[in-house]
Amino acid sequence: MDKPFAITLDIESSYSNHTGSWRTERPVYIDRLPPCNDACPAGENIQGWLHEAEEGKYENAWRILVRDNPMPGVHGRVCYHPCENACNRQQIDSAVSIHAVERFLGDQALKHGWKVEAGKDSGKKVAIIGAGPSGLSAAWHLRLMGHQVVIFEAGPMAGGMMRFGIPKYRLPREVLDEEISRICDLGVEIKLNSKIDDIPALMDEGFDAVFVAIGAHVARRTDIPARDAGTILDAVSVLQNVETGDTPPLLGRRVIVYGGGNTAFDTARTAKRLGASETMIVYRRNQEQMPAHDFEMHEAVDEGIMVRWLSTIKEIDDTSYKIEKMRLNDEGWPEPTGEFETIEADTLILALGQTTDSSFLEKLDGVEVERNGVVKVDESMMTGFPGVFAGGDMVPADRTVTTATGHGKLAARNIDAWMRGEKWQAGDRHEIAGFKHINPWYYTDAPKKLQPVLDIARRQSTFTEVVKGLDEDNALFEARRCLSCGNCFECDNCYGMCPDNSVIKLGPGKGFEFNYDFCKGCGLCAAECPCGAITMIKEPE
Amino acid sequence: MQQRVKYYQTGTFTVGNRLLDEEKRTVQATKERNNSLTCGHRACQGCGEALGARFAIDAAMNAVNNKLIAVNATGCLEVFSTPYPESSWRIPWIHSLFGNAPAVATGVAAALRARGETKTRVIAQGGDGGTVDIGFGCLSGMFERNDDVLYICYDNEAYMNTGVQRSSRTPPGARTATTPPVGEHPGNSYNQGKNPALIAMAHNIPYVATASVADLHDLEDKVEKAMSISGARYVHIHVPCPLGWGAKPSNTIRLARLAIETGLFPLFEAEDGEIVDTTPIRKQQPVDEYLKLQRRFAHILKDPLALETIQAMADRNISRFNLVREMEVTNNG
Ligand SMILES: Cc1cc2nc3c(=O)[nH]c(=O)nc-3n(C[C@H](O)[C@H](O)[C@H](O)COP(=O)(O)OP(=O)(O)OC[C@H]3O[C@@H](n4cnc5c(N)ncnc54)[C@H](O)[C@@H]3O)c2cc1C
Ligand SMILES: Cc1ncc(C[n+]2csc(CCOP(=O)(O)OP(=O)(O)O)c2C)c(N)n1
Ligand code: SF4
Ligand code: SF4
Ligand SMILES: [Mg+2]
Repeated sequence: MDKPFAITLDIESSYSNHTGSWRTERPVYIDRLPPCNDACPAGENIQGWLHEAEEGKYENAWRILVRDNPMPGVHGRVCYHPCENACNRQQIDSAVSIHAVERFLGDQALKHGWKVEAGKDSGKKVAIIGAGPSGLSAAWHLRLMGHQVVIFEAGPMAGGMMRFGIPKYRLPREVLDEEISRICDLGVEIKLNSKIDDIPALMDEGFDAVFVAIGAHVARRTDIPARDAGTILDAVSVLQNVETGDTPPLLGRRVIVYGGGNTAFDTARTAKRLGASETMIVYRRNQEQMPAHDFEMHEAVDEGIMVRWLSTIKEIDDTSYKIEKMRLNDEGWPEPTGEFETIEADTLILALGQTTDSSFLEKLDGVEVERNGVVKVDESMMTGFPGVFAGGDMVPADRTVTTATGHGKLAARNIDAWMRGEKWQAGDRHEIAGFKHINPWYYTDAPKKLQPVLDIARRQSTFTEVVKGLDEDNALFEARRCLSCGNCFECDNCYGMCPDNSVIKLGPGKGFEFNYDFCKGCGLCAAECPCGAITMIKEPE
Repeated sequence: MQQRVKYYQTGTFTVGNRLLDEEKRTVQATKERNNSLTCGHRACQGCGEALGARFAIDAAMNAVNNKLIAVNATGCLEVFSTPYPESSWRIPWIHSLFGNAPAVATGVAAALRARGETKTRVIAQGGDGGTVDIGFGCLSGMFERNDDVLYICYDNEAYMNTGVQRSSRTPPGARTATTPPVGEHPGNSYNQGKNPALIAMAHNIPYVATASVADLHDLEDKVEKAMSISGARYVHIHVPCPLGWGAKPSNTIRLARLAIETGLFPLFEAEDGEIVDTTPIRKQQPVDEYLKLQRRFAHILKDPLALETIQAMADRNISRFNLVREMEVTNNG
């Protein structure tokens, strides 16, 4: 005992004093679900691929992206990006332009020829009916799992409404073709001009399961009294004819499009490009009630399309159209006013929505068909007939490319499990990372990068793509606007700001760990985490 | 090195940033930092002083190749770090008295000089009481002699170690054990206060700066710069005290940040007695945003005159140090 005066302890560092015993709460690292991921109908891990893109690792980013969605080039152009409506960055300045970065990644993949490999052969065979986004997506996912896939497509080309609905000026066909051929390269066989109307016969050919994704292609009509009807066409056939070029539609100089959905706007803009100098949309209800997206209306109006809200077509006499003005009643429904006006037009195009021809499914035991041919499915995307699954526009859901693509993935997972006699289980849902979990102070001010737009003159006369992509610098900048909601991006704030050195830095890509021997549970790390990836929990007993 | 895309998600606002060039990251972000004040110390949960001391001393160690001796005045920093025979300091460190750290440091510097150890540098450090009140005579002498010492004051705005007594850094209106919220003028008196950084400047010493635990890049830059200069230097660091201020331990950084953003704690730098730079406010906040998070101000929150007076102090700082101005694009790299 050779100790200094009045000292009974050995000289040592404070490491022997475990201050962790002071704690009543402890910090833990968590992954919260980014709101964008939650909102994506295709279930993309958006924050995950943006994280890679932020570092300029575009190929990694793309690989994460295509685990959920095989067509980023298409989606970056036509998806209505509900992810951006959910983005937390809206509360700071404006949403991250997720679709623009997705498009950039999609285009990079095509430029560099990035590919993925099919899974090991499972010995199972799946038939897919319809080569729209839903069928193509299911095919991709089933091939990744190693199943054989044959797609039967009634039409002369693959793509469904991505080709026969969405015009070229929004989705250039090179992008669509190349993304479809990348799916085929996985070993997917597409049999064109092969309309299916007998599913049991198809299953007898040795298929273990069937995914039906035939969309909604039958144009809805309306009865308008006509003394001497002029040219009346439906929107879907006009758009389809433009695509196939069989019978280039002769529309004349003055065109009326009847309807207020996206199809109406696409048709009007197409008519303009085909030479109709006066194109007018006539819609029964008002602007707030129109199902088309605002961006689409603005792009159309910029191109010189006129819109007549609260108007119905009452009578047709050759090229004279009697329009009745409507007004909204107290319940918000349009009702006639008795005020009329006559407009001259060469062609009327009806864009009143589409229904599904599912008569061949109705014959199957257990399959339930609702109004307009919509087919009911359970949460595993299976119809009432065992082994027959369905998705996309033909089932009750939003009618978008992205929803259809998401259904394809979900169906593939369920088909895979079903063929093994199992049931697919979704993983645990994490808590959503809301803006209240974000510490916005830490993020640099960074206004969104806008995508360049084609000049008006060319928009009125050609089918050249209207909205351009971001260049690399802008795409990288845009990716870096992401707040990384709910997921650690290694900013070192917890590591740096712990007064008790109780955060251990594990190194790039490995994140951090708490040292509970010394952590006093002050909660500073959680409070100063910019993205909400730390939470405080009650100290376990 | 210039990176092509000049935007880095959180820029230099966070401790680290995987997108930044290595040399633009902080010492605190590195795995190799010294942890000069290491864990096992007995500071309260969320102690701003423990944090500020590690920030400053790690930065200094990094700047001088780990050749450093620190002299510590009595106060929380000394007591919580070194209940003899245990210590959390991982540097040569001496404690003597409450009021004489500058004089002891002067002596250490003289001894090193006498022994020809020109590479080893000296830091003296203490709380606001030890520095601005009882140690102020010694400090002024150290400045006037231009001794080769960096003095760092950790300002938590009261005598915390002995139970929250008022110091000359305690803000107007604040409740302390010796300025209770009673009577006609509850809390601390509304005096003109005492600004040691401005008094240090009056000595025309080579370097004076104010810093905050809420702006780590700025704090490290200032300490590094101080260590590159010889002669007497002074760095005054604002370090919130959860216990003495009646604040949640998790609010320490937030409070330090609000003190900057309101203008109540201006960040500036001076060389040879002249201000050379001030740090502009990024997102200006009214003073009640700062006051309402602290129980020591609870009694004045409903007193418009008190709030007006404190806001006027903030506004005076803002105009005096030109704190609200177009931000240079410093955080874009
Ligand atoms: C003009 C227009 C514009 C649109 N714009 C957008 C947009 O910008 N963004 C967006 O997200 N969505 C848009 N949509 C909606 C989107 O295109 C559809 O929701 C989506 O294509 C549905 O995908 P699907 O796979 O279910 O069906 P579809 O894409 O319709 O594909 C079904 C396929 O099945 C084939 N088929 C049908 N019956 C049979 C059969 N019996 N045997 C074999 N094959 C058969 C069809 O030929 C077709 O190829 C638009 C739709 C239209 C009409
Ligand atoms: C000469 C002398 N007087 C009084 C004390 C008691 N004492 C020890 S620490 C302290 C207050 C320290 O306050 P400050 O310097 O602000 O440091 P803090 O504890 O707030 O960090 C006092 C009064 C002492 N140690 N020596
Ligand atoms: S900031 Fe990033 S992670 Fe958060 S919602 Fe927007 S894109 Fe998703
Ligand atoms: S900052 Fe440190 S002491 Fe405080 S809760 Fe986090 S790890 Fe624990
Ligand atoms: Mg003090």
